[in-house]
Amino acid sequence: MNRKISHQAHLLKEIMSYEFTAVELNLFLDTHPADVKALAEYNQVTQCLKKLKFEYEKCYGPLMNFGTSPSQHPWRWIDEPWPWQIEY
Amino acid sequence: MWIYEKKLEYPVRVSGPNPRLAKIVLEQYGGSDGEAAAANRYLTQRYTMPTGMAKGVLTDIGTEELAHWEMIATLFYKLMKGVTPSQAKAAGLEAYYANHGKDVFLQNAGGVPFTAAYFATKGDPVANLVEDMAAEEKARATYENILNLSDDPCVNDTLKFLREREVVHFQRFGEVLDNVQTHLNCKKVF
Repeated sequence: MNRKISHQAHLLKEIMSYEFTAVELNLFLDTHPADVKALAEYNQVTQCLKKLKFEYEKCYGPLMNFGTSPSQHPWRWIDEPWPWQIEY
Repeated sequence: MWIYEKKLEYPVRVSGPNPRLAKIVLEQYGGSDGEAAAANRYLTQRYTMPTGMAKGVLTDIGTEELAHWEMIATLFYKLMKGVTPSQAKAAGLEAYYANHGKDVFLQNAGGVPFTAAYFATKGDPVANLVEDMAAEEKARATYENILNLSDDPCVNDTLKFLREREVVHFQRFGEVLDNVQTHLNCKKVF
């Protein structure tokens, strides 16, 4: 169980670091919409994130609901742990 | 609409139970310059902004503040984990515990419940954006005050991340103010 949790936390931390880069570039692009380099980096990070999230969701179920990510059977959205329960 | 993502924006770790610190971090959960006030301030002000940039930045920063609000709740949840009623009492959380147990509640560190009076909508984009810039600086100062009172290096790591976000948001709001003022000045020409 512990090993599973720590693997989950490890994957999540990787997603967090890429998604934080995306958040930061997103806010920067909001006020610098013509910046070619930032946009290229944003699109690149978006691709990496898509792959990482796909890998994560295969093991631990959907990261997002309401039609954004599919789920295995049975419905895995309600699987614990929720984000505040995880030891990082 | 909004979609929840089942992850935190940044890892939240604590060294162990710490009801004294849990009480202090509530300031950024339901205090005047906390994350709930920030999210609601920006998400309420965005509707009448005159430019796409202003609407976008208020939407995006407002949404990021919701993620920070969740991080503060996680800090509280983890700091209260394993705390006994007598430890809560010794940390000055006796009245809090009587009402809320270990649930997180929208109040400041002093016990004052959250209110919409913490933020404004003035029907004036410049007034609103200047308030937003001040709000980011006040939140930064609050994080520094909490860091001065904290005795947990794991909690400090989270607080430092959140403090830094205030600095970035201040910068972005400054750019939006410039964009809005340019837009308003252009309009006056004809």
